[in-house]
Amino acid sequence: MSSVKIELRKDQIEKIHEICKSFNYEGGELINVLHKCQHEFGYLPAEIQEVVAEQLKLSVAKVYGVVTFYSFFSMIPKGKFPISICTGTACYVRGAENVLAEFKKQLKIEVGETSADGKFSLSCLRCVGACGLAPVVLVGEKTFGRVAPDGVKAILAEFEQ
Amino acid sequence: MDQIKLTIDGKAVEVPKGTTIYKAAKTLGIDIPILCYMDLKGLNIENKPGGCRICVVEVEGRRNLASSCSTDVSEGMVVKTSTIRVLNARRTVMELILSDHPKDCLTCAKSGKCDLQDMAIKLGIRNIPGQEFAEMSTYRLDTSPSIIREMDKCIMCRRCETMCNDFQTVGALSAVNRGFMSVVAPAFEMNLEHSPCTYCGQCVAVCPTGALTEVDHTRNVIAALSDPTKTVIVQTAPAVRAALGEEFGLEPGTLVTGKMVTALRTLGFDYVFDTDFAADLTIMEEGSELLGRLGKFLAGDKDVKLPILTSCCPAWVNFFEHNFPDMKDIPSTARSPQQMFGSIAKTYFADKIGVKREDLIVVSIMPCLAKKYECQRDEFSVDGNPDVDFSISTRELGFLIKQANIQFNGLPDEDFDKPMGESTGAAVIFGTTGGVIEAATRTAFELHTGKSLSNVDFKELRGLEGIRHATIDFGGFPLKIGIAHGLGNARKLLEDIKAGRSEFHAIEIMACPGGCIGGGGQPLHHGDSTILKARAKAIYAEDTSKTLRKSHENPYIIKLYEEFLGKPLSEKAHHLLHTHYFDKSKNTFSI
Repeated sequence: MSSVKIELRKDQIEKIHEICKSFNYEGGELINVLHKCQHEFGYLPAEIQEVVAEQLKLSVAKVYGVVTFYSFFSMIPKGKFPISICTGTACYVRGAENVLAEFKKQLKIEVGETSADGKFSLSCLRCVGACGLAPVVLVGEKTFGRVAPDGVKAILAEFEQ
Repeated sequence: MDQIKLTIDGKAVEVPKGTTIYKAAKTLGIDIPILCYMDLKGLNIENKPGGCRICVVEVEGRRNLASSCSTDVSEGMVVKTSTIRVLNARRTVMELILSDHPKDCLTCAKSGKCDLQDMAIKLGIRNIPGQEFAEMSTYRLDTSPSIIREMDKCIMCRRCETMCNDFQTVGALSAVNRGFMSVVAPAFEMNLEHSPCTYCGQCVAVCPTGALTEVDHTRNVIAALSDPTKTVIVQTAPAVRAALGEEFGLEPGTLVTGKMVTALRTLGFDYVFDTDFAADLTIMEEGSELLGRLGKFLAGDKDVKLPILTSCCPAWVNFFEHNFPDMKDIPSTARSPQQMFGSIAKTYFADKIGVKREDLIVVSIMPCLAKKYECQRDEFSVDGNPDVDFSISTRELGFLIKQANIQFNGLPDEDFDKPMGESTGAAVIFGTTGGVIEAATRTAFELHTGKSLSNVDFKELRGLEGIRHATIDFGGFPLKIGIAHGLGNARKLLEDIKAGRSEFHAIEIMACPGGCIGGGGQPLHHGDSTILKARAKAIYAEDTSKTLRKSHENPYIIKLYEEFLGKPLSEKAHHLLHTHYFDKSKNTFSI
């Protein structure tokens, strides 16, 4: 998994320390600590994983292993408007794959990546409980239902300005 | 303890609660095939991820098959280990494992010693259905100075991870990614060189396939031997002679010192020397350093660095450089015997025989993979010419001897060449845990007290316990000695020192189980402690058989100081025989 090299600020490191402390520095809480960190920072760059490993007394390799195992965790910063396409059964049979293909084509990125301008990132999820609206797309907090490939351009345009 | 009664293949058996089906079957003499499972009994290390599913068995009343290595027995259980259903499942599992496994068995470094290959033979796999549609694993090759990672060949047994994390506490490796993409890798999938790997090679020693192997330097050695302009000399580490025979089917613990010397001479080495000579030299330097620090301590110096830690194990050196850089002034500054040998060979000996440094090739035979890295460290070369040119493992020497069509078991015994082939019993015990400190004690005791030891056997320093301690009466002063083998055990002693809890004056540390006899470059011992014990016994037998058993009595060492070095810790000795350490904690994850 590729990553962007960053330098953590002092207050950011302290924030990670605080999160680790709130879980009593327990190695068994690694997944929860990573969840909190991702919520705080948006993603989990190598530098954050190193601090977490050091605080929880785990090897960095182990932390990286967990980060790469669970699809929820990401080492790439999410776009300003994260796009999630539901590929659960209902959405899938109603053409979610074609919608996803169109997003990839328009944004020139793959699932798990972020567009060069940092605006959009693409991910898939399984069922948002709105199967009646299938196929469903989420952009940031906004939900779009019955999306067809030819409607993708318009959705993106809404967030372009 | 609660006993559980069950039936396996129609035979009744009673085992303690918490026993796995696999182990219960074993008590009946039923050997269920295993692949990912690993039980290093002597080290209390067990790897049972239940991942490969080769060991599945049928349990009456249970819908699916159970992995016997990770399923505990229960009262009244009825187990069948080789029904048609089980055999079919095993075959399918094996076919699936093999479906994306590279098929270069003929040229694979592990060929003939591969657990996966053995299992394919055992299960009679002749073709892999659907092979033509199978996607092959591809992963970049990671070559470090000591170890090659060829993750295409990884079957995710995770034995390496168990050794690296649980036993060594190095934490260089972890399972990463998921599904088809999963491999065992360092953090951020960087190369081993950029991980906290110490090159101890214990991962290589347990890898069931060719996924982890040593860097092969036998080609370089053959090239050097066939170059008429080069004088090629060889040194052999103490632990090699106690294990090399196993490569030729001899019983573990068979000493093959004489045959090994003959084989090396037959291979064409110009001089066959012994690392033990340099081990005696190490004792002179390290022992003097211990006495120096001890003298200051007894004189009331509060700043003196005690305990002194041994420094002959290169994986251990890497370990403290990565994990305890703030304590890097505690270990002895004495170089390892391999490096002392190289340094003296390319100065004193080269002069003696009138050969230029660059025309002298020094090869070392080591039970160790970290030695390959050690001899490539910048500080151990002069103008780009390394003191030790190539380090090959015991296993690699086995390959070389076989390639040369030498009938090893029938070889006569020959002696090492002089002067760097002469050694005392103190040097040979360097090969086993407790040996270095015992050798140091023999010399330091006599130098400190001025008395002669009536009995040189310090049996309290011997054994296979992971952490040991003993107090030796040093002429009225109780010298407290600690010993650890395995880096996980070393870490405990180091944490104690850091926290100011350590009472020791001297500590010996070796990275591998049993010390060098269980090194990452040795014939695979599969964690069988009886093999390690047999090798240790052989080492002590060689010690006992020697007339001279104290390093400071080696006449060629005495001569070396007279003719060349002056005294232990002299300026020249410092220059040629000592080193310094680096803080490597920072460059580990710099990406």
